[in-house]
Amino acid sequence: MDAIRLVFSGSGGQGVITAAIILAEAAVIYSGKNATQTQSYGAAARGGVTRTDIIISEGVINYPGVIQPNVLMTLTQEAYNATSSIVRPGGLVLTDPRFVETAKKVDAKQLELPMYEQVMTKIGKPIVYNICCLGALIGVTQILEPEAVLDVLDERIPKDFINMNHRAFDLGLVLGSQYQYRRFT
Amino acid sequence: MAVKDYLRERFFPHMWCPGCGHGTILNSLLRAVEELGLKKNDIVMTSGIGCSARISGYVDFHSLHTIHGRALAFATGVKLSRPNLNILVPMGDGDALAIGGNHFIHAARRNIDITAIVMNNRIYGMTGGQFSPLSGPGIKATTAPYLTIDSPFDVVKLATAAGASFVARSTAYHARESTEILKKAIAHKGFSVVEILSQCPTHYGRKNKEGDAVAMLEVQKNNTAKIGSKALAENPNLIPRGIFVQEERPEYCSEYDKIIQHAQQR
Amino acid sequence: MTETKKIRFVQGNEACVEGAMYAGLDFFAGYPITPSTEIAEHLSERLPRNGGKFIQMEDEIASMCAIVGASLTGNKVMTATSGPGFSLKQEAIGYACMAEIPCVIANVQRGGPSTGNPTHVSQGDINQARWGTHGDHSIIALTASNHQDIFEITVDAFNLAETYRTPVILLLDEAVGHMREKLVIPEKGELPIVDRLRTSLGKDVDYHPYLPREDGRLPMSDFGGEHRYNVTGLYHDMWGFPSNNPTVVNQLLRHIVDKIENNIHSITRYKEHYLEDAQYILISYGSSARSAIQLAEDRRKKGEKIGVLELQSIWPFPSEVIREKCARARAVLVVEMNMGQVMAQVKAAVEKPKRVFLANRFDGKLITPHDIKSLLRMVQGRGV
Repeated sequence: MDAIRLVFSGSGGQGVITAAIILAEAAVIYSGKNATQTQSYGAAARGGVTRTDIIISEGVINYPGVIQPNVLMTLTQEAYNATSSIVRPGGLVLTDPRFVETAKKVDAKQLELPMYEQVMTKIGKPIVYNICCLGALIGVTQILEPEAVLDVLDERIPKDFINMNHRAFDLGLVLGSQYQYRRFT
Repeated sequence: MAVKDYLRERFFPHMWCPGCGHGTILNSLLRAVEELGLKKNDIVMTSGIGCSARISGYVDFHSLHTIHGRALAFATGVKLSRPNLNILVPMGDGDALAIGGNHFIHAARRNIDITAIVMNNRIYGMTGGQFSPLSGPGIKATTAPYLTIDSPFDVVKLATAAGASFVARSTAYHARESTEILKKAIAHKGFSVVEILSQCPTHYGRKNKEGDAVAMLEVQKNNTAKIGSKALAENPNLIPRGIFVQEERPEYCSEYDKIIQHAQQR
Repeated sequence: MTETKKIRFVQGNEACVEGAMYAGLDFFAGYPITPSTEIAEHLSERLPRNGGKFIQMEDEIASMCAIVGASLTGNKVMTATSGPGFSLKQEAIGYACMAEIPCVIANVQRGGPSTGNPTHVSQGDINQARWGTHGDHSIIALTASNHQDIFEITVDAFNLAETYRTPVILLLDEAVGHMREKLVIPEKGELPIVDRLRTSLGKDVDYHPYLPREDGRLPMSDFGGEHRYNVTGLYHDMWGFPSNNPTVVNQLLRHIVDKIENNIHSITRYKEHYLEDAQYILISYGSSARSAIQLAEDRRKKGEKIGVLELQSIWPFPSEVIREKCARARAVLVVEMNMGQVMAQVKAAVEKPKRVFLANRFDGKLITPHDIKSLLRMVQGRGV
């Protein structure tokens, strides 16, 4: 596997961009890989569809945009409608049934995981939803060691909130690990 | 040290017209510096563009003759990077309150320890006699052949409202008074504004039939009065002179030192 | 743990901040403007921790003026901005050219003219960096395409500003400025740092602030030090005193231009990617270069001999290097995000300007390898 290309999309405030930064940072700082992260700036970041592109690679990354992602994680219907068509044929689309109703025509493996429901029933705080999604993504794809992501969380998050974030991540990880997707070609 | 030791005599004669009030203001300023016993190496004079701005070339301090209106912005960089230096910023009408008006109010707001001297001659002298934001209505100027219609700024009120912690006014005629005020302004820790009414016989006096330099000095004498004086009480149309504001308030560079301390403790 | 500490995952703007701190930045004045604001934000935190100073001024003009003032007291100084703010700074940049004050101006380019597109990429300020201020002068402008290079070129910018006593423009762009990627911070001493050249003259010896040494350099004396002198934006003599003597004026202008143009070989910075046998050369810089390199690598896998000449210094323009490197190329494609500002310079530099083509985009989107490929195929005569 040369490079894995991911796109996260959702709405401003869901934390998709933070999740992307944490993932890419875990790749660079705790996994010895290269990664780039770019995002849509401006009005989109304050409502509307937010999109962020991540590339993780063992080698040098040149063009940082993602045209056909191996993995698309999309967390609102609007974002799904806007971005589901770009996924690489045979790629993975990860959604949450709480927010997204998937369409059959998408030529990819579509996985609907009840991440929001897990977070709300087990923790009750929507603020850690994005971390749960990240856990699920790692669980399904195993693109990084879970510890690398946890290390980033420990580094970035205020002490009082670390436990809650770890729990959210683990919830996602357990949920995602029941499935497997490893086709990064 | 004699006053002339503060001058760069090599660069004389100066470029001001005969009868100009700016030379008198320079004289008042140098006497203030002398009487305060300041070392030449500890003074930076920063100026902009115009007749007033040329003052920085004539003094034997560190001198920074900059671009129009921005003297206070340059001075802010000098002062914040070396707070131990005394910063003097002489400005004309345009430097201080037209093109440079924004920097003037913001320097006052920060209360950064700089002495701003507004040499107010109500005209743009160097470019040949156009009206300024201090001219006021009914003035003849090369860009107001039918007389001016704009209201002037009141430098004292503007500086006070903007947050200067020392605000005063004097005139070129009242040279000794100017020296005393400038001494207090320079010694004051905070942003000090001293407006000194000056005369431009060449461009203002001639066009506005105020006569020669002597006649214009008469106007400065007769149309002004000290704050608290009987004359001012009897005739509120006179322009008040003296110190309007003199308050101890947090000074910008000292406050920034606290930021450094705070940042280094983390 | 010390090993991982040095690896960072940051935006390009923060890589610039790290480079500036490494170079010894003491003083920053700025005004927030997208997409450069992160530079000011990070420096407001970093500088005071090192005893340095950060000030948010009332506008872009004041910021530029304040750094010139602070440079004169012996500080390494910087401001950061984007298009509209860069326009506002131009008069004071000219002042720094004329008065020969070392300073660094980062311009994280966005779409223009006017407000344009604050959050989207452009490389439209190439010519403004060169000719934004009025009058004859020369300027140094540097650029970089990835975060490690941004770090190093920022250090270089400070070094060149000190060496030549001149403003140096750092032409970044929104794409690299906002993108996050890996940055490895070098150890102290790994990269050379040029410190302020100060006069060795004693306090009673006449100091001529504008009398170049034999090597063309002008030692400085800090404001507040033993030597008092005049600094002005007027034409001036060796004392810094205003002069309109034609000989003095002529020598002054020659000096401020020659000190840069005559040292173009020391100032020029570029990178070669697969140039040795390249039949088609892409000339690019900044974030565009990433797409150019990507395309070259993609096409090489298919056996096409494509190379990239990545410019890291734009001004003074490295015409000689370009002429030499492109001498044997079948065609040259300039890849940039404007309407051909560098292309015009390349056409003027090479022997066959008709074989120079423009692969560009100026719609706020980062140019893609595919965009370049479309043009390359036409140039190769293979259709689209």
